[in-house]
Amino acid sequence: MTTPALTVTHLTRLFNVSAPWLNRVIERKPMAFLRAVDDISFTVPSGGCLSLVGESGCGKSTVARLVTGLYQPTSGQMQFAKGKDGKPLAAQMIFQDPYASLNPRWRVFDIIAEPLRELKLRDTEAEIAERVGELLTTVGLVPRDGRKFPHEFSGGQRQRISIARALATEPEFLVCDEPTSALDVSVQAQILNLMRKLQDEMGLTYLFISHDMSVVRHMSDQIAVMYLGRIVEQAETEVLFADPKHPYTQLLLDTIPNVADPRRDRVPQSGEVPSPMNPPSGCTFHPRCPQADARCAAERPEMQAYGDGSRVACHRVAEAMAALAVPTVGNSTGQRLSA
Amino acid sequence: MTSMPMLDVRDLRVEFPGRHGSVTALDGVSLTIAAGEILGVVGESGAGKSMTGLAVQGLLEPPGHIAGGEVWLDGRRIDTLSEREMQHVRGREIGAIFQDPLTSLNPLFSVGRQLIETIRLHLPLGRAEARQRAIALLAEVGIPGPEERVDHYPHQFSGGMRQRVVIALALAARPKLIIADEPTTALDVSIQAQITSLLRKLCKEHGTAVMLVTHDMGVIAETADRVAVMYAGRLVEIGPVADVIARPSHPYTRGLMGSIPTLGARVPRLQQIDGSMPRLDAIPKGCAFNPRCPHVMPRCQTERPELRPSGSGLSACWLNTQAQERAA
Repeated sequence: MTTPALTVTHLTRLFNVSAPWLNRVIERKPMAFLRAVDDISFTVPSGGCLSLVGESGCGKSTVARLVTGLYQPTSGQMQFAKGKDGKPLAAQMIFQDPYASLNPRWRVFDIIAEPLRELKLRDTEAEIAERVGELLTTVGLVPRDGRKFPHEFSGGQRQRISIARALATEPEFLVCDEPTSALDVSVQAQILNLMRKLQDEMGLTYLFISHDMSVVRHMSDQIAVMYLGRIVEQAETEVLFADPKHPYTQLLLDTIPNVADPRRDRVPQSGEVPSPMNPPSGCTFHPRCPQADARCAAERPEMQAYGDGSRVACHRVAEAMAALAVPTVGNSTGQRLSA
Repeated sequence: MTSMPMLDVRDLRVEFPGRHGSVTALDGVSLTIAAGEILGVVGESGAGKSMTGLAVQGLLEPPGHIAGGEVWLDGRRIDTLSEREMQHVRGREIGAIFQDPLTSLNPLFSVGRQLIETIRLHLPLGRAEARQRAIALLAEVGIPGPEERVDHYPHQFSGGMRQRVVIALALAARPKLIIADEPTTALDVSIQAQITSLLRKLCKEHGTAVMLVTHDMGVIAETADRVAVMYAGRLVEIGPVADVIARPSHPYTRGLMGSIPTLGARVPRLQQIDGSMPRLDAIPKGCAFNPRCPHVMPRCQTERPELRPSGSGLSACWLNTQAQERAA
């Protein structure tokens, strides 16, 4: 897992949320922009799975759409590694809602065959039929199901159809935007198991987007935690769960209801995600952070790498590490920082 | 538990007549909730958990109707009441919290006006008194600055705050029973924890009975006292929450628990229940779970198991009956 399948550097996406032109002129309002994704950098290991987690509005789905080219980035680069054929890796996407992402007027066969026909990956109808049958079998359906319409399937089966469609072009990179959050737990287990199996068999690389920490833990090698358009902490899955450094990661891990070990007497932390329209100054988490001080309100923390491979954007963590005389591997400005 | 339960549902059966015969959405559901107790109702979509809540409130969509069984609230039978009488029970004696706080509030009226309307409908209070009570309710559910917020409109609140307003509305007339249908599903996890702990606090303080309908076992584990597991319109297991989670007795509950990814040990493959829940017009004979059950026996395919004591709770499975017969 040394070569990254995808390298994203300083990716930013703004959305224009200004009032209409006439209102701006009459009411003298300035243009308004929403920073959905704010200067984020990450790499996805080849054949591995990187998960983006965060609460609603943190920009994780925008990243998914940027990576698949559904949105154009405002600034920053995305670099796919070269695939088997020497061209950049082909990316495909699995969407959240299997009820909305399949055309209800098309038969399943045509839904799955469309990428094959559109990209001219097969020459004859017979070859297309063979490939569609093969794909349906791969995801645990039968070729006969191709004659049916999407409404004849349950939620889990529809998500299998979405996966078959995504696999039709033989992609090596799959972006999965909350693929199981619309499904029941027992069906979710079927889909997660299928995705793991496909990854092992086809060597797929996943960029997995979810708000569910337990699903993310099950699926991913690395986790990046997002808050208001920025990555606040990125680490190997086991490192992140064993030793969450950023106060927001700690809050997230602390609030997940745990079936195995319920804590019924806990006092939940108050506060909510602020509006991304006017994010707080400095570290955007500081109004909710129990450890925040004046520096956090004034100065935006940069990502710093630490000895265990994690990268964290937090002044408190940096200060604590410096006090412990833990040499940092190097921060994003390239300086070496040691106590 | 007190001698008389606040809510007592006995052998409830709900049918939806259709062109091809009638469909049974709920079949023989019996459960009780004591005052100050939270009963979690879990199951996958279509298991009938929301239907149970609606049937208790008399809110079934026609042509759906209660075809059998009884619903008792605080010693009074309510399933036979007329629609007019039921309107007084809803809100006054049964409060409801729905999944989406945006659709359960009217966007055109301030939250104060909606609260005051509800309070005055059920309690003999004047406008000024009702307003004071609305402010007190908002403060009780943890909304900062209730004197100002009472005049705000629903869109000025965040999702978590809106759900608090909905809880305040449900509490307005101090009901005996609150039916909360997926109250945290539309919320983020950090907000979800705030709402569930608020529910627990209010339930204990006022001695309200709560029926918490959700698909999230984690929420049940941290909120409910007892849990009822539903499958295909039937109750398969009911018991104290810690026992059902740690030692599930019914194979379906066991499968459900196994399919949840845990935060503890990481497993290479999740346990999965193959297949999916049967459609309500094609419920298999005998035990409804038999086509998906790993322990299926010939008896399961012909005879329907009844709820029987198993451990500290009740479970509807022939395996338990068999084990008990063997022990006897």
